[in-house]
Formats: sequence, structure tokens, C-alpha cells
Amino acid sequence: MQTIFFKKQPRIVATGTIAGPKECAGVVGKCVDKALLDDMFEESTYEKAECKMLKYAVQQAIINANSTEEEVDMLISGDLLNQIISASFTARDFDFPFLGVYSACATLAESFALAATLIDGGYQRRIVAATGSHFSSAERQYRYPLELGNTRPPQAQWTVTGAGGAFIADMGTTNSNIAITSATFGRVVDFGITDVNNMGAAMAPAACDTILAHLKNTRQSAKAYDLILTGDLGALGSRILKDLTWEKGVDIANNHVDCGEIVYNVIEDEFQGGSGAGCSAVVFNSYIFDKLKRGELKRVLFVATGALLSTVSSGQGESIPGIAHAISIEVV
Amino acid sequence: MYEMTGKNRDNYNKNYIAYVNSFDPPTQHFKNCFRAFMVGGLICCIGQFLRIIFEEVFGLYGDELAGMVSVVLIFLGTLLTGFGVYDRIGRYAGAGSIVPITGFANSVASPAMEFKTEGLVYGMAAKMFIVAGPIIVYGVLAGTIVGMLYLFL
Repeated sequence: MQTIFFKKQPRIVATGTIAGPKECAGVVGKCVDKALLDDMFEESTYEKAECKMLKYAVQQAIINANSTEEEVDMLISGDLLNQIISASFTARDFDFPFLGVYSACATLAESFALAATLIDGGYQRRIVAATGSHFSSAERQYRYPLELGNTRPPQAQWTVTGAGGAFIADMGTTNSNIAITSATFGRVVDFGITDVNNMGAAMAPAACDTILAHLKNTRQSAKAYDLILTGDLGALGSRILKDLTWEKGVDIANNHVDCGEIVYNVIEDEFQGGSGAGCSAVVFNSYIFDKLKRGELKRVLFVATGALLSTVSSGQGESIPGIAHAISIEVV
Repeated sequence: MYEMTGKNRDNYNKNYIAYVNSFDPPTQHFKNCFRAFMVGGLICCIGQFLRIIFEEVFGLYGDELAGMVSVVLIFLGTLLTGFGVYDRIGRYAGAGSIVPITGFANSVASPAMEFKTEGLVYGMAAKMFIVAGPIIVYGVLAGTIVGMLYLFL
């Protein structure tokens, strides 16, 4: 089954978000729980800062849900660093069990889908799902040293410094009316893009595949959603996604928005917009979640996209496989 | 209704890559060359200025003079890298600040700063040449080949 339906409709009770200075200059600035002035977050390394941000997001989600750490049954989290160290090191400071997941920048949607599945099945009651990323730690792992005087190609995106988490709970435990109603797990799609600076083009086919599968399996048209929110395709990737879905007879031009495209006021080197696991985590959990809470959005299809590459695979000339997981979120 | 995965996708992929490439913005050769020329030329002017100073004031000449100019330029490149300025210059100038010796200094100093957190031996020292290493290897190789040609021709 590619699409599963949650009959018990697990609820997103609250979220916790934190973002760096560059991100807070954009739309999410007013919505995040904490806006950092300094992306080191009073830590000695960028990796530690990323970990601390993720920990903050988890704690803040629990606080915003008026819950306590003792009540939480599980943490589902992942990040971009090798061996998902940020997520694991965050989990080290909590007493509840931890599931580490990875699908690059689609990790948040995967975490949400797994959390909803476990809650819907009746196995857990309260789960925190969170991801984060940091520009400087991602840059070091995937690209060049920060201070190297090279130029960035125009297709490049900028990894978001930030973290976001959501407190997802069984509907019996909360009066929240924001429900996860179904999830579509993505297939790995690879159209042969090898340019590591063009993640949008590598991930757009995966997003297209998942959106089409979701609409087909739920027997809906794209108009059924107020918003189809993709993760971090960027401006170019969004354009490609619209073309690809149009080619397959689905028009999403009016209700599609990309987190990466809206997260920055593009002024410097962000070019196509934001990327990274923190991109959708920050935008969805702050800006979009606020709109859901206020009732400005009723039905959202959240499709986080990920590029499943490593520096080894791209060094060996492999193309970049993409993945996208979709969850539908409704105000009920 | 749709088919986007599977094994036999080669032909479609070629079309897709061509389609994606059609979005590439045209490279602004004139602007890039102009910026590189101005900044690169400025760095060379500083070098020439240093050369004159060392020659007139300190009375250096020959290899000593050339070495002294290089040392000062390398120092300046590293210093600006440390202050976080050189990457901004590089973003503006492109090849103009990569090709001169200051760019080489930057390519050694920046990974050294970046990987200091993993320790002074396995971090800073081991990773110091991840960017400059290939330049040294192929520079020496090219030098050897040219030297051999010079010897035998």
C-alpha cells in the first residue's frame, strides 16, 4: 500500500521551532518560537549548535502542547549529518525511546507519517517528530569550507539553519482539531540528474510521483487541497514540478507553494531558495501550522522532498535519486 | 495513468536532462571577466607595489625579492581568510581572487579553520590540503613533464 489512511486521525497538538538570523529575516521570523541572533547558539561547533537547536525544538513542542517529557512515548527524528548524529545526540538527553530516520530533506514527512501510523495503530499515544539542519555543518559535509573564496552556481540553494518539531498525539488526549488523515510513502525516483548543485531538478520528479500517487489513491483532484506544500525544491524545482504534473494532466499551479522558495528574502547567495531538513521543518511547523491553527488553511498536502545522495556517490558519478513522502493534514 | 519509476528510463532521462539544462541562465562572461580582471589586477598591483618597496627601501633583489613578495601576499590572503573577508571577495571576483597566490593561501587556510574542531592533528593538519592538494599534485606533475621536455628537446 503506497497510501495509508488514518481512521483515528492522529492530531498535531503543537509545534516548536527555532531558526537562524538569515531565516528569521523572512516569513518565518514572526512565527518561530525562538529567533537566533547568532547561528552558533552559544556552542563551540556548528554540529553542537545544530544538536542544541533540535533539542530546543523538541522541548518547545512539548511545552507548547502543555505536556511533560514524562508523558511522551517516543521521539522520531533525523537530520542530514553522517550517521544522523544530531538526532541521536538530541535523543541522548531524553528519557523516551528514539527512532532515527533518514530520507534527507524528506525526513520530517517520514517522521510525521511514522508517528501517525504508530498512534493510529494504538501502539503509542504521544510522539514528538522533529528534524533540523544547519547551513555551516551541511556545507562542510557536502561542499566546501565556509571561508573558501569560491562562487556558487545559480542553481544552488542555501541550507536552512533551523529546527522544528511537532507533538503528535492520539485524538483522545487532546482537543486539537488539526489531524493527519493519510500518508503516501514515496518511491525512489531518479531521472538521471548528476549536478549536485541542482537538487531541485533531482527531487522534482519524486515530488511529482508522490503527488500523483496520492491523488490517484485518494481519488481526489489537486483542487481538493487548499495548499500543496513541497519541502525544498526551490524556485527552479517548483517550476519543473509544475511542468511535470501538468504533463501528466494534473494542474497544481494555483495551490502549490514550496517551503524553500518562500523561506528567504533572496538577497545574497540563496539563489533558488532554502533547502535541508530544517527547511520544511521550520516553515511547516511555524508559518503553515499557524495558518492551520487560525483556520486560514483547511486541507494541506505536505510533500517533503529529499535528495538521497552522499559525497561518495556523487564523487563516483552516480546520479541523484529523489524521494518524497506526502501527508495530508486537515482541520477537522 | 502515469509511470515514473522503473528500469527502462534512459531515453526519457535524456529528454529530462535537456529540459532541465534549458533553464540554465546564460553565463555572463563579460561581467565575470571584468570583475576577475579588476580584482585580480588589483592583487597583482599590490604585489608590484610590495616589490618596489622591498627593492627600494630594503634593498632586496632577485630570488629574495620574489620570495618576500610571495610571503607577504600569502600572509595577507590568510589574514583576510581568517577575518572572513576573502570568501566575500571570492564570491564577487571569481577567478580573479582564486588564481593569484592569495587564492592558494585561502584554499589552505579555510579548511584548516573549518576542521580545527576535529583536533590539531587529524582535523586541522590532515584536512588542510583537501582543496589545495590536487593543485599541488598536478602542479608538480605538470612541472615534471615540462621539465623533462625542456631537458630532452
